[in-house]
Amino acid sequence: MATRLQFENNCEVGVFSKLTNAYCLVAIGGSENFYSAFESELADVIPIVKTSIGGTRIIGRLCAGNKNGLLVPHTTTDQELQHLRNSLPDSVVVQRIEERLSALGNCIACNDHVALAHTDLDKETEEIIADVLGVEVFRQTIAGNILVGSYCALSNRGGIVHPHTSVEDLDELSTLLQVPLVAGTVNRGSEVIGAGMTVNDWTAFCGSDTTATELSVIDSIFKLREAQPSSIVDEMRKSLIDTYV
Amino acid sequence: MSAIMDQDSSGMFKVQQTIGSVVCCKCGVPMPPNAANMCVNCLRSQVDITEGLQKSVQIFYCPECGCYLQPPKTWIKAQWESKDLLSFCINRLKKNLNKVTLTNAEFVWTEPHSKRIKLKLTVQAEVLNGAARLQQSYLVEYTVRDHLCESCSRFHANPDQWVASVQLRQHVSHRRSFFYLEQLILRHEAASRAVRIKQVHQGIDFYFGNKSHADRFVDFLGKVVPIDYRQDKQLVSHDVKSCFYNYKYTYSVNICPICREDLIFLPSEVASGLGNLGPLVVCTKVSDSITLLDPRTLRCAFLDAREYWRSGFRSALTSRQLVKYLVFYVHPPPVGGQKYALTYVEIARESDLGNLFTVQTHLGHILKPGDQALGYDIYGANVNDDEMEKYRLHGLLPEAILIKKCYDKQRERKEGKPRAFTTKKLPMEMDESRGGGGRVDQEKMENEYEEFLRDLEENPELRFNVSLYKNKDYIQESDETASMSTDGESAPTVPIEELLAELELSEEDMDE
Repeated sequence: MATRLQFENNCEVGVFSKLTNAYCLVAIGGSENFYSAFESELADVIPIVKTSIGGTRIIGRLCAGNKNGLLVPHTTTDQELQHLRNSLPDSVVVQRIEERLSALGNCIACNDHVALAHTDLDKETEEIIADVLGVEVFRQTIAGNILVGSYCALSNRGGIVHPHTSVEDLDELSTLLQVPLVAGTVNRGSEVIGAGMTVNDWTAFCGSDTTATELSVIDSIFKLREAQPSSIVDEMRKSLIDTYV
Repeated sequence: MSAIMDQDSSGMFKVQQTIGSVVCCKCGVPMPPNAANMCVNCLRSQVDITEGLQKSVQIFYCPECGCYLQPPKTWIKAQWESKDLLSFCINRLKKNLNKVTLTNAEFVWTEPHSKRIKLKLTVQAEVLNGAARLQQSYLVEYTVRDHLCESCSRFHANPDQWVASVQLRQHVSHRRSFFYLEQLILRHEAASRAVRIKQVHQGIDFYFGNKSHADRFVDFLGKVVPIDYRQDKQLVSHDVKSCFYNYKYTYSVNICPICREDLIFLPSEVASGLGNLGPLVVCTKVSDSITLLDPRTLRCAFLDAREYWRSGFRSALTSRQLVKYLVFYVHPPPVGGQKYALTYVEIARESDLGNLFTVQTHLGHILKPGDQALGYDIYGANVNDDEMEKYRLHGLLPEAILIKKCYDKQRERKEGKPRAFTTKKLPMEMDESRGGGGRVDQEKMENEYEEFLRDLEENPELRFNVSLYKNKDYIQESDETASMSTDGESAPTVPIEELLAELELSEEDMDE
């Protein structure tokens, strides 16, 4: 079920947080409300880590990660890096990469299997992404925009892209990513979906400006209605067991 | 779905892009994506482009002249629900409509007595920083308030208020020129702007509300009669701060005292200036110049106003002194030109039939023995002029000069019967300030008017500038042929083709 919240009266939730299936990063705000909202949803399931990157709070746009790893830009200080390594589970590899385009959150959109990358990313970076995150990397544009991380929100079950994406592009991306995609908006018609919301396989967080229509679209495409952490396991079980004896 | 490959002009393969459809973020209806990602209805409900626009305005209307006030001072005349009114109303909103563009404006019907004008305006504006263009209609209500405009209020405060007056005078003892001038003025509507017209001794006063109207009237007068005028002004009020002076202007206009049919003894300078025109001349026509005819040589001379006023001579004998003559014999053949013919005739005064004179006359073309004629009796006249007296003593003057033929006998038959035509009159006030003899003046006026009408009948060229209307009371004479048989000649009348039918609007016609 998607939740609506705000970070210090700002609806761009995806800027100040990063949500994956294994962990959640939140920015340090003036009050604890933001953190509390995440905690109420995710408390016992995954660790929620308060951090900053490079002294800034826009952590959602600066780092990219999935359940396998986390990539942070070269602006991250040693202390922050250490803090992250300490706080996150051991299965998650935290890697700082030297890349000219340091807003990795804007340049990379990824789930646990596949990633879309900015077309101008270094070859080295692409290899590191493939290596650390364990994904297949595709250089793509979305509706003519090269900042793929900003204009799409991706999870293992579905994705939302920029509303002006043409039908052909949508098909192509869907084939690449192997998930259903829909062109939609968030935060009352905002096209910057990656910055407006953050999502994982069973929950999503959107800005409070998001209309009910948008919320229903999000719920349907990410299949959040029936999704509970345990239900994923149940579904897997269902697919494994053929018949009841 | 397979992508359709296209080859464009640069030789590169380009995939055809089909615009997908997204869901309106507010209402959920599928729509093609736009800059706001909201369907038009949601956009319209959210953004009101008519916000901050004036929806009710007050305008001022002068009920007297039907004008609307455009501040600060202009009054614009416009009809109810006309194009002028529409553009005036939009003008009043002009400053307001900066941020939007007006695409359409129309009137919404309101009861004329409600004192409200309703306008439906359609405006277009850009919303969301140029993302989309919205069109919206809204109503503007104008409250009409009555407010007399300056000229009307001035008129109401003092209806006799005039700014310029024209005092028209002619120093002769009859009012013939004024009757003729009255008809001319009516025909040309020269006095339509006059606030008041007043008849005074030896003249008429015209009052105007505007100096330019008076100027125009004086110009008109200068074109139809020979005049000399002067202009004076009197200070009424004076605004020191803005240096604005309020004056009352008076034009003193003098018509030259020479009239038609006057006998004039020209002073020697004037006569020699006109090419030695015989000192005794008859004035035959007065328009913007005076036509003088020498009855001896049938030569005409023209004097315009300026030339006349240089010498300013007066007539020796005027039409009051005309005497009836009986023509006994006309010496053939008449020698003459187109208009007049010189002959010798034998005439005698009606009062003194025994005394026969043989005189030369220029009316040879119309006189026959037995006719009556009107002329000046120089033989028996008392003249004021020394020069003329000298001429007479030397026997250089004729005994009589005939001016026109007299139709009195023919007119007797028509006595008491109405004429075929009527004339209109100017709305003149009579001068009450003259002391005594009111009734006598009235009779004199009527007689003079009767003579004027006779003059009109006799002279076609006089009728040229005058509008004559058909007389409703006039019955065509059925026994005209009978009357013709008794007398060879009938009195001159105005032919019916020259008469105008008056426009009649009656109440019954309007109901139909």
